[in-house]
Amino acid sequence: MEFNLKIWRQKDARSQGGFIDYNLKGVSGEMSFLEMIDYLNKTLIEGGEEPVAFEHDCREGICGSCSLYINGRPHGPEDLIATCELRMTRFKDGDTIVIEPWRAKSFPVLKDLIVDRYAFDKIMQAGGFISVNTGAAPEANSIPVSKEAADEAYDAAICIGCGACVAACKNSSAMLFVAAKVSQLSLLPQGKAETAKRARAMVEKMDELGFGSCTNTTACETECPKGISMAHIARLNREFLLAGLKS
Amino acid sequence: MSKLKSMIPDGPLEEKWNNHKNSVKLVSPANKNKLDIIVVGTGLSGSAAASTLGELGYNVKSFCFQDSPRRAHSVAAQGGMNAAKNYKNDGDSVYRLFKDIIKGGDYRAREAYVYRAAQVSNQSIDQLVAAGVPFAREYSGYLDNRSFGGVQVSRTFYAKGQTGQQCLLGAYSGLNRQIARGKVTMYTRRDMLDVVIVDGKARGIITRNLVSGEIERHSAHAVVLATGGYSTIYYLSTLAVGSNASAAWAAHRKGAFFANPSFVQIHPTSLPQLNDFQAKLTLMSESLRNDGRIWVPKKKGDTRHPNEIKEDERDYYLERRYPAFGNLVPRDVASRAAKERCDAGYGVGETGLSVYLDFSDSIARHGKETIKSRYENLFEMYQKITGIDPYNEPMRIYPAGHYTMGGLWVDYNLMTTIPGLFAIGESNFSDHGANRLGAGSLMQCAGDGYFILPVTIGNYLADEIKTPRISADISEFREAEQAAREKLQNLMAIKGTQTVNSFHRRLGRIMWDYCGMVKNEEGLKKAMKMLAGLKKEFWSDLRIPGTMDEINQELERAVRVADFFELGQLMCQDALSREESCGAHFREESQTPEGETQRIDSRFSYVSAWEYREKDKKHVLHKEELTFENVEIQERSYK
Repeated sequence: MEFNLKIWRQKDARSQGGFIDYNLKGVSGEMSFLEMIDYLNKTLIEGGEEPVAFEHDCREGICGSCSLYINGRPHGPEDLIATCELRMTRFKDGDTIVIEPWRAKSFPVLKDLIVDRYAFDKIMQAGGFISVNTGAAPEANSIPVSKEAADEAYDAAICIGCGACVAACKNSSAMLFVAAKVSQLSLLPQGKAETAKRARAMVEKMDELGFGSCTNTTACETECPKGISMAHIARLNREFLLAGLKS
Repeated sequence: MSKLKSMIPDGPLEEKWNNHKNSVKLVSPANKNKLDIIVVGTGLSGSAAASTLGELGYNVKSFCFQDSPRRAHSVAAQGGMNAAKNYKNDGDSVYRLFKDIIKGGDYRAREAYVYRAAQVSNQSIDQLVAAGVPFAREYSGYLDNRSFGGVQVSRTFYAKGQTGQQCLLGAYSGLNRQIARGKVTMYTRRDMLDVVIVDGKARGIITRNLVSGEIERHSAHAVVLATGGYSTIYYLSTLAVGSNASAAWAAHRKGAFFANPSFVQIHPTSLPQLNDFQAKLTLMSESLRNDGRIWVPKKKGDTRHPNEIKEDERDYYLERRYPAFGNLVPRDVASRAAKERCDAGYGVGETGLSVYLDFSDSIARHGKETIKSRYENLFEMYQKITGIDPYNEPMRIYPAGHYTMGGLWVDYNLMTTIPGLFAIGESNFSDHGANRLGAGSLMQCAGDGYFILPVTIGNYLADEIKTPRISADISEFREAEQAAREKLQNLMAIKGTQTVNSFHRRLGRIMWDYCGMVKNEEGLKKAMKMLAGLKKEFWSDLRIPGTMDEINQELERAVRVADFFELGQLMCQDALSREESCGAHFREESQTPEGETQRIDSRFSYVSAWEYREKDKKHVLHKEELTFENVEIQERSYK
């Protein structure tokens, strides 16, 4: 197969970037999307050019490294997958494919398709944990957790921290990311004690780092590769309101 | 010749760890504040260690090459984490877990280590549950367990097929708490290039800032490596493509012995290779073997659709060869059995290099919903990649390079042969002998990071309380920095024509063919020659575009592959010297008439610890003899 690729190239954080067109022949339908870029890079390097920088690691949709905006959608045209799980069979011979990095003020571009997502870690540092020291834990089965609560917490906990929710949101809000963690930990008895403090601290940090506000467009839920539900945002809002009342 | 001191405490097996904890030196809270510790790697063991050391009051500097500590490769562990809770009341105990690991490792691990790992496993579960890890629950609200390859009890804690992700995020959350407290300083996007030795002790590391390209010096009173495994040496493996051996190899070149380098686990249930462009092999959790039956057609070269092949035309070869364990035999046994059938011409798929993993019986017995609840995300992953719906048609699987039992040699304190340099998790060699059992990796990582290292490193640091903060502006650091810079400059200066990946692919093929699932003397010798030739070509024809002073992913890869050439040689040398088969190490020359591994305890009941000698650039073998006093050594039979 042959593709016309329009790829965002940017030397570094300080430089201006722009789209460069590449015509790539000899792509196999069996390739994953990232293997297609590997192949492009091989031809670029062998032709004396610089390869396209992009992030990837596990290549099975769990590490959350990959972060491409493909034809105007985070992680590309298919639902419920990360970029690394996208396969070239999804495209037609001769297609034009536009590839960009995440676009969000809080995720500055470092080079080509690589953005800096450390803001997510900073939000987690503000309160995305249960304050239990090593050794202080009680016997595991002394804290029964209903299966329903455990399953719901799990559904929130599977966030891979890729940032697609932010990239999808017109306001670059990180609400789904924050809500997933607040929801997970407030559903579990172990995490309940700190819920109010946690919700407030994480939301404040999110605002401070320049993420926008949530206007319930549901774009985040649509583009989340793990299908994390907007219902968690509702739970976060509730906890945040309660936190306000308590303070 | 330095002697290997394993530092195993006296006393009965079950008392050793307690005795040790009671006798190690302690560091007072006021003094902890004056001591700095570097932890390299933020997987489950690294994050657990960094956060726990921060809680204790040490000043911790934590490093990872990823953009966030949450992405370390523990995140990809699927099936679960073992602990000896005996919640199922099925006869499990610390002793039984210990015995299973020793047997699973084919009697090539130290008793005292393994027993300790089994002992602390229960605490690790407590800790992770308290940290908010949503392990699977029964309707009663209590924790659920499942069984896993190589054992006959249900002791595996799990969070669907994403247990590693959940455990890692639990440890990561603790790490974040300490970062917020200022007790851990986080350095992301850093590759460790070297360890710095001052007066014989590890006192810091040299890193490359992967964004600015800057070569940096970081100093501390002790250094902990939690840098994972190296089966990416095969190019195609189940590991994240960034996983590498370079930090461990740098330590090795500075004097840390490398133990059992050829002990690599080939995982039986990976997706088969589809094409030549493939960048990695996707793992399908071995938990699938609980409900899936593995088979190939009885007829050679049978190309019919699997659903058209009738029951009596199928060879359930694991059930046939190993009636007691059937599809739940350990990973090495299952892998070799698949290779045996494919090599004999019974493999399926276009390449003939795969076997079926069939769920139809389980679906008929338990219902689709039950199977779905157990494996939903794995089935989805399989369907996404292959387009085949495993609810209606068997999966196709094949073995792939997975976990490295080999790693840096450590003593009972998890210290390498370099004083002050510790290695934890997969980067050390300690617990799994010649083969790791399923759900044992998370168990070891959590145990090392949360409960073992924080005790043992204190014993070392207690003698360092009078050592002032280490300056990075001394000749040892300057020289190490310069040497690291020169290595990178040398790579950049080659200016040849071929990409790093093209070399890595060829290197991986050599290792897979001759130092993979099955090895023999002739092949290993051939591989060493081929590696030397390819290494020469690498150093004369590699092309790295760009410069050192920017994000340069080709340079990052080149450093890793350059080290793989050296590690590959050592793996072959180690495999060659061990003229027996044990666990995942299968030498064709040493097999039973039935084609099973044949251990030779009289000659090889030892840990091979390799020393790198700078003066003649040679490796010297040191043997640490293994003794078994608490288990009876048996032929490892799963029949």
